Amino acid sequence: MIEAEKLTKYYEKVAAIEDVSFSVEKGEIVGFLGPNGAGKTTTMRILAGFLPPSSGTARVAGYDILTNSLQVRRRIGYLPENVPLYTEMKVADYLDFVAEVKGVERRRRRRTIGEIMEKCRIVEVQRMLIGALSRGYRQRVGIAQALLNDPEVLILDEPTLGLDPKQIIEIRQLIKELSGRSTIILSTHILPEVSMVCQRIIIINEGHIIAVDTPENLTARLQNSAKLLVRVDGPADQVNAALSRLPGVLRAEAMEEARDAAVSFVVESERDRDLRREVSCIIVERGWGLLELRPADMTLEEVFIRLVTEEEQGVRE
Amino acid sequence: MNVLAVFKKELRSYFASPIAYVILTIFALISGYFFYSLLTFFSLNSLQASFNPAFAQGLNATEWIVRPLLRNIAVTMLLLMPAATMRLFSEEKKSGTIELLFSYPIRDWELLLGKFLAALALYGAMLGISLLDLAMLGFFARLEWGPILSGYLGLLLLGMAFLGLGILASSLTENQIVAAVGAFGVLLLLWVIGWSTEAAGPTLGPILSHISIINHYDSFAKGTIESKDVIFYLDFTLLCLFLTLRSLESKRWRG
Repeated sequence: MIEAEKLTKYYEKVAAIEDVSFSVEKGEIVGFLGPNGAGKTTTMRILAGFLPPSSGTARVAGYDILTNSLQVRRRIGYLPENVPLYTEMKVADYLDFVAEVKGVERRRRRRTIGEIMEKCRIVEVQRMLIGALSRGYRQRVGIAQALLNDPEVLILDEPTLGLDPKQIIEIRQLIKELSGRSTIILSTHILPEVSMVCQRIIIINEGHIIAVDTPENLTARLQNSAKLLVRVDGPADQVNAALSRLPGVLRAEAMEEARDAAVSFVVESERDRDLRREVSCIIVERGWGLLELRPADMTLEEVFIRLVTEEEQGVRE
Repeated sequence: MNVLAVFKKELRSYFASPIAYVILTIFALISGYFFYSLLTFFSLNSLQASFNPAFAQGLNATEWIVRPLLRNIAVTMLLLMPAATMRLFSEEKKSGTIELLFSYPIRDWELLLGKFLAALALYGAMLGISLLDLAMLGFFARLEWGPILSGYLGLLLLGMAFLGLGILASSLTENQIVAAVGAFGVLLLLWVIGWSTEAAGPTLGPILSHISIINHYDSFAKGTIESKDVIFYLDFTLLCLFLTLRSLESKRWRG
């Protein structure tokens, strides 16, 4: 349903996202997770046809966002981050306008709008000015306008931002209810939100995708292991065997590139257990050369930690 | 039809905010005052002319009331139209609603045309109000309707040019004041440029006179409809709308 290919967007000379590629299957709910400023909104805007990418392209609902923007826009529902709605319009009038431009037939329009207002629970405010609505209602009007054309793809940018806990639960429930009909991609910087709603998570940081997996796998990968990168001058299989047998090591794996005699290994250990001393000892004991020993790239984890701390701050605020 | 949907939405927002009411009221007051003062001046002169048959030859309502009235209306529009167009795109950009608007399956030209027609409808209502004064006069005096109608056609075309430039200015900035002042400044410049044609010399003079936005109005005021003047206003409007389209597209591309 969504295939992004090497999406890159520069603002002036700063890259907001770089080489972002991913795909979303029909009927999936995918969460776009990352700290503030990671490039979530930029990606969402590109998919919704509001911003063109500097390079790369994407196909949404089978159409190219660059060459067939109109066809894409007919098939999506989009909720921008801050839910910009016409404050001086009444809810029902606004939905009527959106239904008309989204091509809902005149004779079905009234019924469609009624159904969607019921689904989003905004029937009671339909005669009110949008500007007078509370944040929670406004968010639901935002979701309602996105649903009017019965979209194949729903793009929701931070759908629970600025809501109180009760409203957050309601919106999440609503999103889950929608999952049968549409493919949904939603962005958030709240960790538990994605695990509650989404089947798959794309983690983005500083404009790059750093992990794509199911919530369960990601949590497993992160919570149970720490990684060391070891570069050893010695016979690969013997080193591997020796490292694997070390107490506390879950897995040792040789990395592919093997220039000269040295081989790099990734040693996975239990979390919170520093194995550097044991690893260096055994290598030196066997008479191999220890060329490098350092903690492996931890970006994913760092991002997670940042997300968790951000969330804690959010709760305290 | 998307143009119609945008048109309805824009008209609704004109009348949901005080803008339309303020513009219509002020215009009704000003044009009514012009009409009143021209009419009293004319009737005073008519009274004097009843003692002086030679003077009465030159007196007629078209020359003394209709033409100056329409000319004054044109000046009023120069001041009011930028206020009517300034919000059309600026406000959408400022409040961010343009992001949702651009995500709907509306072509840029449909959006532009809907907004333009909404502003034109407001302008039409203003002209309608001023026409009421003349219609009332028509009950009591014999008016030549030919020059009146051609004068109004000229005002309509002139107004389209004002609106076109106003929308262009609005599409270039997210600040409504900048849009209004920019449009007003350019229109005023295009207006007064016609005054300096004689001083400008034989080559530059006719060029200045041709690009002056008000010089083309004179023929309509006299009761003649000249195709070159009609074409000037239509061209001017289309050029402005075309540039607006480009500016909308570039917003997409520059982000």
